[in-house]
Amino acid sequence: MPWVLRGLRNGILTTAYPKRPDPYGSGFRAAPLVAAGGAVAAAVRKICPTGAISVDAGSVHLDRGRCILCGACVRRYPDTFRWAWGSETSALHRRALVVPADLEETEAELARTRAALATRVRRLRRSVHIRHVDAGSDGAEEWEIQALTNPTYDIHRLGIFLTASPRHADILLVTGAGARGMLGPLRRTQVAMPNPLLVIAVGTDAISGGLVAGGYATVGGVAGELDVDVFVPGSPPPPFAILHGILLALDRLPVTPASAQ
Amino acid sequence: MSPPGRTSTRAVSNWRAKLVRRIEAGERFAGVFATVDGTSVRLTAALASAGRTELLDATLPPGLERYPALTPQVPSAFWYERELHDLCGVVPDGHPRLDPLVLPLTDADPRPRPGASQQPPALTPHETPLPPHLAGTGLFTLPHGPVRSGAVESVEFLIETPGEDIPHLRVRPHHKHRGLAKRFEQLSVPDGLLLAERVEGIASVAHALAYAQAVEDLAGIAPPRPASLVRVVHAELERIANHLDVAMRLADAAALAVATARFGWHKERVLRLRSELGGSRFGRGVIAIGGVHCGLGRELGRPGLELSELGRPGLELSAMGRPGLELSELGEALAVLEHDIAADERAAMATASFLDRLRGTGRLPVETAAEAGALGPIGRASATGPDVRRRQPYAAYAELGVEVVLGSAGDVQERLRVRWAELHESFRLIRAALKLFDAEPAPAPRKPLPVPDGRGVGCVEAPQGELLYIVEVADGRLSRVIPRSASFHNLPLLHRVFAGDIFTDFPFIEASFGVSIAGVAG
Repeated sequence: MPWVLRGLRNGILTTAYPKRPDPYGSGFRAAPLVAAGGAVAAAVRKICPTGAISVDAGSVHLDRGRCILCGACVRRYPDTFRWAWGSETSALHRRALVVPADLEETEAELARTRAALATRVRRLRRSVHIRHVDAGSDGAEEWEIQALTNPTYDIHRLGIFLTASPRHADILLVTGAGARGMLGPLRRTQVAMPNPLLVIAVGTDAISGGLVAGGYATVGGVAGELDVDVFVPGSPPPPFAILHGILLALDRLPVTPASAQ
Repeated sequence: MSPPGRTSTRAVSNWRAKLVRRIEAGERFAGVFATVDGTSVRLTAALASAGRTELLDATLPPGLERYPALTPQVPSAFWYERELHDLCGVVPDGHPRLDPLVLPLTDADPRPRPGASQQPPALTPHETPLPPHLAGTGLFTLPHGPVRSGAVESVEFLIETPGEDIPHLRVRPHHKHRGLAKRFEQLSVPDGLLLAERVEGIASVAHALAYAQAVEDLAGIAPPRPASLVRVVHAELERIANHLDVAMRLADAAALAVATARFGWHKERVLRLRSELGGSRFGRGVIAIGGVHCGLGRELGRPGLELSELGRPGLELSAMGRPGLELSELGEALAVLEHDIAADERAAMATASFLDRLRGTGRLPVETAAEAGALGPIGRASATGPDVRRRQPYAAYAELGVEVVLGSAGDVQERLRVRWAELHESFRLIRAALKLFDAEPAPAPRKPLPVPDGRGVGCVEAPQGELLYIVEVADGRLSRVIPRSASFHNLPLLHRVFAGDIFTDFPFIEASFGVSIAGVAG
């Protein structure tokens, strides 16, 4: 059978997201959530291998930007933590990744950031080119970005493309914990890109360094090196989460995105 | 696994002579590493022979941080000695080319020195361009990377060329060095497993498994039988996903759009199946020390499988995956998947424009592969076939039996052929494991055990080939972990496969190696 016919034999495999939610995307473990509180012992934070949990005067906060989804907290303290489901996890502020969030403050600030972002990206419309840079990832994030071009996600239908040349790129998609050996190449890539430039940090490693933060060889995430516009937590984030982050950066999501909570 | 020869400290020259003798007698060199041990440096070499992986140690006298290099007699030590020079500053005298490999440092810079208690200062990469190795009319150096086209890992290739041929190539993986050796040393034994999963993200299960086996070797325990079966299922799904990724990249390099899309779709289906089973598309969180964190089918989240984790008492575990996927449904999904893959595989292997690009490309001669001890599908396509699942069976492989497929052509096409055969063998293993699992009674919950001090070795067959973990525990914490991925052992072979190949063959050859740079750079 020629390849052309072979390409037709299974019909349309592509998701309807973001028009309609996708059952696979919404059935994904997003991050642990802090379940309705009560007093919690300070020792709870010790369960987290990346220091994502903080306990302040008996109230618990969990930083999704540090969480590597190992599930140790959910297993050990099921009354305090439970899984949240869904892939719409990305955020426009580093602080918005900390749950439970201070809602009033966050929402006012969010509206301002979204408006500013919308003006910046208006001209991009449906021709958006992405330059990816690996700044010290474990290799899994690259698979998930690559997956966005497979028939099930097919970002080309949304007018989004991966490009080789930074000169053609609108979005800098950064993965990895910020290996010091990659900071030079990362900076040179960014300088080679035209404005308006959007920076998306993909994965917990890119946001905070994850489990490899704090060594001699990494800077603990790329947020200190670049002005990050969108944070996509996850270790690695599934393709739907990365897609959500890209659409969030492009202001192409409904005004109140269905929160993973 | 029986505990290997633990400490056989000898004078360095005796150690070296013994190593060379045993390698000449047919044992396979599997790496040499350095560890700072108090005031002196300890060298550890790994030798693989039928049924076991043995470690041989030699401690350098304090203050004297050099030894006669192994590379002149053991060519496959070439990268290992460069790496230990980078990490520890130890000088292998007589090494043919001691250029930096995993750390962009000059000789004067301080080294991370794994094993030492102090933390090294922050790394300042040395970015001066390297002088060319070749001289001649019209030769120039083409720097390819570290930022390259597509969503791929960062690595730099320096291609020295007169235009089309590739007479000389240098691989520089150091850009994404993450300091993993030192990072392991700050972790508890259970947390080390999480880092192991992130050494090579695309082979998370294999790494977690090798790490867990090293700790189990140290603690002298074996996982319960149903947990071993679950380990097989997840490890084989990982192999299928990796082999499909290689097929997809080869199709992409040949600009076969439909084939790329089809293989990409199949790979996505495998990743989805894995997330249904264990909650992660990369099998993270599945493997636990002494067992697994999740079961299969109705048995998902059964406590008997989970409570076996060492070192962290009082675990109350909930299922990582989504319950409800019955074993029969899983079996059906796998059958449909294998059928679809096989149909597209047959079509690809009958597409002349595809095979034209693969046949004769990137040939690794059988003798070269044997001398270098090439691992995984790369080795097996050149008739060199150490498959750990057979050589040193772990999990449930002894019981299931593994058929090892060998080829002899050694080109890109042969590597793909070997991968197809392995992929179908993986499906067979999963089917067999599911059948056994279904009949298996629930094991009794076990009490967590403390991890004793000492050293353990774990060895598994990752999708890339033999993966070796050496784990040392002191005072209940990790004091040194050496994750040696097959990617690190195999990547230097890239120097040897460009006979007669030109620029446009590069993507094919690179894809056919299927290595992960994360595991090379450390």
